[in-house]
Amino acid sequence: MNIDTKVIEPDLSPVGLKGLFESFVDIVGESHVLTEKEQLYPYECDGLSAYKALPLAVVLPATAEEVCEVMRLCHKQNIPVVARGAGTGLSGGALPYEKGILLSLARLNQVINIDPPNRVAVVQPGVRNLAITEAVAHLGLYYAPDPSSQIACSIGGNVAENSGGVHCLKYGLTVHNVIHLKVVTIEGELIEIGGGGLDTPGYDLLALMHGSEGLLGIIVEVTVKLLPKPDVAVAILASFDDVETAGNAVADVISRGILPAGLEMMDNPSIRATEDFVKAGYPIDAAAILICELDGTEQEVKSQIILAQDILSQAGATGLRISESEQERAKFWSGRKNAFPAVGRISPDYYCIDGTIPKRELGNILVEIDRLSTEYGLSVANVFHAGDGNLHPLILYDANVDGEFARTEELGGKILEACVIAGGTITGEHGVGIEKINQMCVQFSRLELEQFHRIKAAFDPRGLLNPGKAIPTLTRCAEFGGMHVHDGNLPFADIERF
Amino acid sequence: MFIKQLQETVKDAFAKKIELDIQSGNSKRFLGRTPKGAALSIAQYSGIVEYDPAELVITVKAGTALRDINSALAKNNQYLPFDAPNFSTESTIGGVVAAGLSGPIRPWTGSVRDYVLGIECIDGRGDHLRFGGRVMKNVAGYDVSRLIVGSMGTLGIILQMSFKVLPKPETSATVYFDCSQVKSIEKITQMGLTSLPLSASLWVANKLFVRLSGSQAAVAKGLEIIGGNRCLDNDLWQKLRDHTHSFFHGGSPLWRVSVPANSAVAEIGDECLVEWGGSLRWYKSSQQNEQFHEYAQKCGGNAILFRNGDRSSDVNGKLHPVLGRIHKQLKKSFDPGNILNPGRMYKDL
Repeated sequence: MNIDTKVIEPDLSPVGLKGLFESFVDIVGESHVLTEKEQLYPYECDGLSAYKALPLAVVLPATAEEVCEVMRLCHKQNIPVVARGAGTGLSGGALPYEKGILLSLARLNQVINIDPPNRVAVVQPGVRNLAITEAVAHLGLYYAPDPSSQIACSIGGNVAENSGGVHCLKYGLTVHNVIHLKVVTIEGELIEIGGGGLDTPGYDLLALMHGSEGLLGIIVEVTVKLLPKPDVAVAILASFDDVETAGNAVADVISRGILPAGLEMMDNPSIRATEDFVKAGYPIDAAAILICELDGTEQEVKSQIILAQDILSQAGATGLRISESEQERAKFWSGRKNAFPAVGRISPDYYCIDGTIPKRELGNILVEIDRLSTEYGLSVANVFHAGDGNLHPLILYDANVDGEFARTEELGGKILEACVIAGGTITGEHGVGIEKINQMCVQFSRLELEQFHRIKAAFDPRGLLNPGKAIPTLTRCAEFGGMHVHDGNLPFADIERF
Repeated sequence: MFIKQLQETVKDAFAKKIELDIQSGNSKRFLGRTPKGAALSIAQYSGIVEYDPAELVITVKAGTALRDINSALAKNNQYLPFDAPNFSTESTIGGVVAAGLSGPIRPWTGSVRDYVLGIECIDGRGDHLRFGGRVMKNVAGYDVSRLIVGSMGTLGIILQMSFKVLPKPETSATVYFDCSQVKSIEKITQMGLTSLPLSASLWVANKLFVRLSGSQAAVAKGLEIIGGNRCLDNDLWQKLRDHTHSFFHGGSPLWRVSVPANSAVAEIGDECLVEWGGSLRWYKSSQQNEQFHEYAQKCGGNAILFRNGDRSSDVNGKLHPVLGRIHKQLKKSFDPGNILNPGRMYKDL
């Protein structure tokens, strides 16, 4: 492994820190270096508030050049750096490192260029996801990936996490919608990855940067693809008497050649919670509902709606409603989009899980979640991106009850391990961060984890970028469960994990 | 059994510093820099491992012929939406992924790497590694599967891969317009800003060909909007994709220039063909020269010497020094002995 041996210990004495902070002030200005405790608290966690820590300082550069200078300084003095966008991440990826700085990219928030003929927009990392679509809407264009936090989350964080959303079955993840990045290395050099064309020679570093969770470099500029807004979008709301029938209906829709823009599923506890909250008109007695959205040209959508209705009825839907207007379509979606806060109303706290499975395993995994839920004495409400097999079980708990969060985390871990056994993965779109680091030991072998560490070292030999996240050390895996790393033999060795 | 033997071969080569020339269907031997080393074929490692149409996922072994995969998918009205070239009937899926080349549909549906969900490979130490998976969404660990796409066998010997597949469009139709290259770029750019169901474009010999794909109704409506003359050559797109089109005949150096779609037209080379809505421009040139790199860079893109010419030169251009350093370190991390297809992509990689 490529380990830098000439590492100096950072000087974290009061005198040393004072000098360090002054150097940051020289680069970004006094008001953009936060070092007082009360200034640091707003940055103590991201969207996963169960994990908290305070950094040495929060540094807020305004330009890519300032980011380069901050990185050069940190590299020289061996100060770890955790990058943060809007802080909406759900896996603790932006959790500060106590002996390092938090680098906020929030001030890099400009749309630099909109290029309609080439259908791209060049934006800084702090630009909000939805703000891109808003900036190009007058051209009849939009940016497709739509994570549920799109009103607040920033594009830099979307790249770092490879964010998905409800429309990725048809329109892809962030990695499918970005063509070029400017990245600052740990050494403080500005590099360009990808290009103005569609293909770039060399290794696909563009793909590698997506979902790298701030471990390989600091993203300072993103060129996103824009798509023409579909002429028409129509949603079907289908209800079912049992969850498995609904799961099979998903398979039927897809195998009959329909590629829905969105295909979402909710189980009865989620339906009840959301109906109480937003009155989306969901059938509260249904065991499950599907929202199937079709978009495209008027002619295309017309013919697909007829086909989809037919398939869903044949698959055993007990009720079918088709949105007659934009308002009605928005109403169908309002329940799904408010499912998390709705569940938040019926329980003091909830914990969102993010596993993905092959769709045919949906019935089995629901039975397993139900069994685990009973075993741990914690209720679970389920919402799914059914079209791509991405599950979001919400575990309901009360943080004020001693030991209940610990039990919740353990239950969450068990659900993720069940996803791996089912041939899936521990995270579909929220990232590993700090949250799922132990489950990485279940999904990958010692050899694969070692390769991940070598990739990290190719960019950041001293491990200064976002230390302790995303990829567990082998020691950690051994502690998590000695069985997981034993001569490279995995548990469930007979299961294909490819 | 095959995998165990292959691992032994690689371990032995690593210990003895024997360079390996990874082969399969050998339909793309012309690509990249001149291959060198002891031949190592994975062609016999073939077959469809799993295909469930309702999952929209197929898992195949590297030696599987592309035509076999295409026909298995076609039986269920599905396809690999990157439309990879079949430079010979022997093209295998391992080579498709190693080369990372996509066909005429690429700007509208995506590239090879966009549809790769997981890869199993043997690295330069002889270790058997699995990355990604068989599910659509997966952000656990670095995206090594996509990193391996287009790496020309320099990071690992690809054994098996899973792809997302899509339903085939119900129908397609092609029309053409007589127009100059400049006009053709204007025209296709304009179409790209609408919701027309575009699926391919080609400008060659002062004709712009446009394909529409989708439901019967949507294609009919689209044809009504764009007009033009119906093209009756049903094999046009296949000839373009597989380079059997007459433009690609002959032995002069062939440059592949990837630029923003709306880039200004350049009077370079002897002959030019444009696809991908303007963002992929092919040039034939009787002499090897720098003008293609200069032009591409000016437009914000890149140029590679795709076929013919001096195959010992920097056919993929030169990497920025920092990127070059990262490439070398990545290569070393997968293949510390530099035995997997050494020099095939870049001189010192």
